[in-house]
Amino acid sequence: MIPASFDYHRPKSTPEALAILGQYGDDARVVAGGHSLIPMMKLRMAQPSHLVDLRSIPELKGIRIDGTTIVIGAMTTQAELLGSAQLTAAVPILHEAALQIADPQVRYMGTLGGNVANGDPGNDMPAVMQCLDASYRVTGKTGSRSIKARAFYKSAYVTALNSGEIVTAIEIPVPPGKHGYSYDKLKRKIGDYATAAAAVMMTVSGGKVQTCAIALTNLGPTPIYCAQASAAIVGSGLDTAAITAAAGAAGALMAPSPDGRGTVQFRTSVGGVMIGRALQRAYQRATA
Amino acid sequence: MAKSAIKLKINGAEVEALVEPRTLLVHFLREQQMLTGTHIGCETSHCGVCTVDLNGMSVKSCTIFAIQADGADVITIEGMANADGTLHALQEGFRQMHGLQCGFCTPGMILRAHRLLKENPNPTEAEIRMGIAGNLCRCTGYQNIVKAIQHAAAKLGGREYLEAAE
Ligand SMILES: Cc1cc2nc3c(=O)[nH]c(=O)nc-3n(C[C@H](O)[C@H](O)[C@H](O)COP(=O)(O)OP(=O)(O)OC[C@H]3O[C@@H](n4cnc5c(N)ncnc54)[C@H](O)[C@@H]3O)c2cc1C
Ligand code: FES
Ligand code: FES
Repeated sequence: MIPASFDYHRPKSTPEALAILGQYGDDARVVAGGHSLIPMMKLRMAQPSHLVDLRSIPELKGIRIDGTTIVIGAMTTQAELLGSAQLTAAVPILHEAALQIADPQVRYMGTLGGNVANGDPGNDMPAVMQCLDASYRVTGKTGSRSIKARAFYKSAYVTALNSGEIVTAIEIPVPPGKHGYSYDKLKRKIGDYATAAAAVMMTVSGGKVQTCAIALTNLGPTPIYCAQASAAIVGSGLDTAAITAAAGAAGALMAPSPDGRGTVQFRTSVGGVMIGRALQRAYQRATA
Repeated sequence: MAKSAIKLKINGAEVEALVEPRTLLVHFLREQQMLTGTHIGCETSHCGVCTVDLNGMSVKSCTIFAIQADGADVITIEGMANADGTLHALQEGFRQMHGLQCGFCTPGMILRAHRLLKENPNPTEAEIRMGIAGNLCRCTGYQNIVKAIQHAAAKLGGREYLEAAE
């Protein structure tokens, strides 16, 4: 499997990358870890004539906690996320989710920016970012803007990113010190995308849920932030009725495609199970 | 298609070469450098037989272009044996513990295990299994691969490994 020919560029700064993208327009594509794009190029489902490699741009790397915001450079790899004790202490759901992505080799190369910008409904980080209410810092010729993860995904592989723009960083509001979290993913084997997965963040006080956010992976053409389901949980002591109400509200938003992972009915049903498990684990952790 | 010059280190030796940008690292290693120890299995980033060590990371060489390895430090199975020709502890472990049958997955397994032991010199069985989750073996059932890596970890740590192969 040999990809179509292309010209290779390795800019050393973001402005240089933007200039190359500006010059070649839609004939150019950025490559980050390459672990979604290169397989597509080998299948010739992607045939960019210009490949702009972001790996030598230092400002796209690194993790920094900036008061109430965690800023993660787009080129930070999944392995680097897993290796950051500071990040894991502040946002443990990132560690839990990153460990469920693919295998060690893929995690050394695959980046957070590539995972969230790709737009594949199978990617795990987009739902986690919606759950955390993260924003993506995006830079183009005309300047920089910030887009909420909850508003970024339009349909499969279609995002709010304009041609010539790159994601430079992911910005996550620091969650409260004491919170519950869970990322529950059913997959057929290591290295598989989710049959269904659910991300939950929660705070609890006096046994009652104070805040809750639920988002889903691979249960539709985009990740799904479930505002109504989250609201159904708030105020409850996470009894069965609340979980059923949340799973019901979330179920109405699910539209998975039937594939080797199962029928629509099966995947939707697994989605409900993942929500139940994630809610319960998050609650336990919040009250532990 | 125009070729570009790259310069990298392979198994400690400086190499300069001309590559087409679309040449995958695994094809460069096997067909231009004649280092055929790195195998090609699935070609779809799943099986791990093409794993090499690149700048201290285990990388599937079918999923990176050779041109992206410009300036990198690459280790392949050909670079694993000790300078005096004796086997590396991992090679020794695979031999003693019958960590291979057909041997097709072995170069990738050894390169992956090499990085795993650098990062975690004394892994538990569960950590080894998670650590080699990106490498498929269709022969051994993994039992003896796990033991081979434990054997190597013991040897590198100056301990004796007393388990027998299955
Ligand atoms: C065997 C295997 C199993 C996998 N399993 C999973 C899994 O279970 N869950 C999961 O989430 N992922 C999985 N992946 C995908 C992997 O996590 C990818 O690495 C990830 O989806 C994309 O990140 P990347 O850095 O490799 O991006 P690339 O492949 O380099 O890029 C992906 C896309 O995003 C664009 N892009 C990349 N970076 C930017 C940026 N900074 N700004 C704008 N656009 C950008 C590229 O142009 C391209 O269109 C798997 C991959 C493999 C090979
Ligand atoms: S040949 Fe590279 S992962 Fe299978
Ligand atoms: S020994 Fe045959 S594939 Fe592993």
